Amino acid sequence: MTDATVTPTGRQIPDRLVSPLARALKSWEMLLLIVAAAIFIANSLASPYFLDPWNLSDATFNFTEKAMIAFAMAMLIVAGEIDLSVGSAIALCSTVMGLAMAAGAGTPVLVLLGLGTGLACGAFNGLLVARFGLPSIVVTIGTMSLFRGISYIVLGDSAFTGYPASFAWFGQGYVFWVITVELVIFAIAAVIFGIVLHRTNFGRMVYAIGNNATAARFSGIRVERVKFILFLLTGLMSGIAAICLTSRLGSTRPSIATGFELEVVTIVVLGGISILGGSGSIPGVVIAALVMGLVTFGLGLLNVPGIVMSIIVGGLLIGVIALPRLWTMIRRR
Amino acid sequence: MSLLKSREAILALAIVALLAVIASRFPAFITPRNLAGVLTDTSPLILLALGQMAVILTKCIDLSVAANLALCGMIAALMDGMGVPLPLILLAVIALGAGLGAVNGLLVWRLGIPSIVVTLGTMTIYRGAIFLLTGGAWINAHQMSDAFKAFPRTVVAGLPVMAWIAIAIVAGFALLMLRTPLGRAFYAVGGNPHAAVYTGISVGRTQFAAFVLAGALAGLTGYLWVARYAVAYVDIAGGFELDVVAACVIGGIAIAGGAGSVVGAVMGALFLGIIKNALPVVGISPFWQMAISGSAILIAIAFNARANREAGRIILKQAEHRT
Repeated sequence: MTDATVTPTGRQIPDRLVSPLARALKSWEMLLLIVAAAIFIANSLASPYFLDPWNLSDATFNFTEKAMIAFAMAMLIVAGEIDLSVGSAIALCSTVMGLAMAAGAGTPVLVLLGLGTGLACGAFNGLLVARFGLPSIVVTIGTMSLFRGISYIVLGDSAFTGYPASFAWFGQGYVFWVITVELVIFAIAAVIFGIVLHRTNFGRMVYAIGNNATAARFSGIRVERVKFILFLLTGLMSGIAAICLTSRLGSTRPSIATGFELEVVTIVVLGGISILGGSGSIPGVVIAALVMGLVTFGLGLLNVPGIVMSIIVGGLLIGVIALPRLWTMIRRR
Repeated sequence: MSLLKSREAILALAIVALLAVIASRFPAFITPRNLAGVLTDTSPLILLALGQMAVILTKCIDLSVAANLALCGMIAALMDGMGVPLPLILLAVIALGAGLGAVNGLLVWRLGIPSIVVTLGTMTIYRGAIFLLTGGAWINAHQMSDAFKAFPRTVVAGLPVMAWIAIAIVAGFALLMLRTPLGRAFYAVGGNPHAAVYTGISVGRTQFAAFVLAGALAGLTGYLWVARYAVAYVDIAGGFELDVVAACVIGGIAIAGGAGSVVGAVMGALFLGIIKNALPVVGISPFWQMAISGSAILIAIAFNARANREAGRIILKQAEHRT
């Protein structure tokens, strides 16, 4: 149908869908930046407590853990797949760490177990999707139930508490002045994922698969292997997020990180990643994470309850996709 | 078609085997009285699975059904508190549920947003709306009128009204799917959207209809749920959408659309319902339920994918798995 050729060093894939979209995307990140600035100013006017550096530092906790996963999820969505099990994977990682902690394990072991469990969750999803060719939406709905289900079996209605003091560093520690450990992890992840997606062959493969998986296969890309690696990465980032979240909360309940998948997908979509795959950028996701963090923090300062914030997140998710489409519909008339 | 039939036969065998295993240790479980109880308990799952089936047939998915149910249930309880008569409440919740479904449907049809994104968003919006309505307050049994609570539990000819409603709607759905143009349109749209357009079926409109249907059923179930358990709060039926999708997938509704049957969906729901009811009897903690549902989804899709594997000549391994 199209004469799409995928060259790892080339420009955008010459597909008639991409070039106007790529142009729109450039303005999308600009628009997001303006929105972020506007929210920042509005917040500082609305609450006298907003501009305090320590408060702003606290505010970063609203998005750092979710944004870490969002980078990996962005690549997964660019490749045309999705992972709805990330929140449950965090619960499972946290539960495994809790079990190890109860058995007397030290911080290094806990971290390794958290990362390992995340990788295992990602590998399980990846195996089912890439190896057995099952649709990722249903697979991850299934594992969403399974992973958290295992946490419920282990914990029931109890909780693990009493993590070692050194473990608290990940979620409560500061590297320098008000710069938290989590913020540093977030920044490092942003740089690494940005380079991988935008500056490496692997990143080009991800875009190629998302635009046309069949064409990608014909041009010699091992589609299954790339997808498996992407699920693995998402699992790994869930593991890192689980370490940070568990360390920050200092406890593990089976309901930990409920609804994370929604916010992660919202950040990704808000960041301009097409939910249909094939386009979007990591800088967009970074700004979207800042926007989400600022919105929830600002609302929190105004004493808006969490469930109302989730309405706003849900509305943002739909609105961000709906508005450009509505706009083109109106202009066409 | 024979393959489809055999899959339902396998599921029926699995249900019988499951019952036999339970009965071998706890014979009381398969007394007619207890089975009627299981059917009544499973009625909400059956109703929602039917609506979800219509949505999945058209290549969509509706994750907002449980939130829709909770919102409609809360509205029903609030209306009861204001002294609105029961028939009006029933009409209102069905209309409201259909309206909430229509919002999903319009976003999918008119704006072409993927259904998973739309319903992931409306799921939180609908549930948040309950909080906005009530400020997080509960409506308890003593705040509900007797007529409101009694209707689903009234026993007619040996079964509660709730079970009869489920049976009637299952029959109605079977007719709809097999004997009406709309029913055929659901299959046509999911089976081959391009061919459906050429035969004069509007894909978007059919998907819209499926969402409205699923929404209306969720609305009705919302009343039944709240009246039966005699309590309404923000988190009722939390996570129930996963059970509903599980019931459909176990029942052999192809997630890629276009294939599946009413009998399958009902049996998928019954399978989960029997497990749920048997767990406390067998002495397994109810905390196992979630993991069992998840495993059942995974086993069922793996099984369905095997059965659906194309027998034709495959030059390259199929590249696109996207639903």
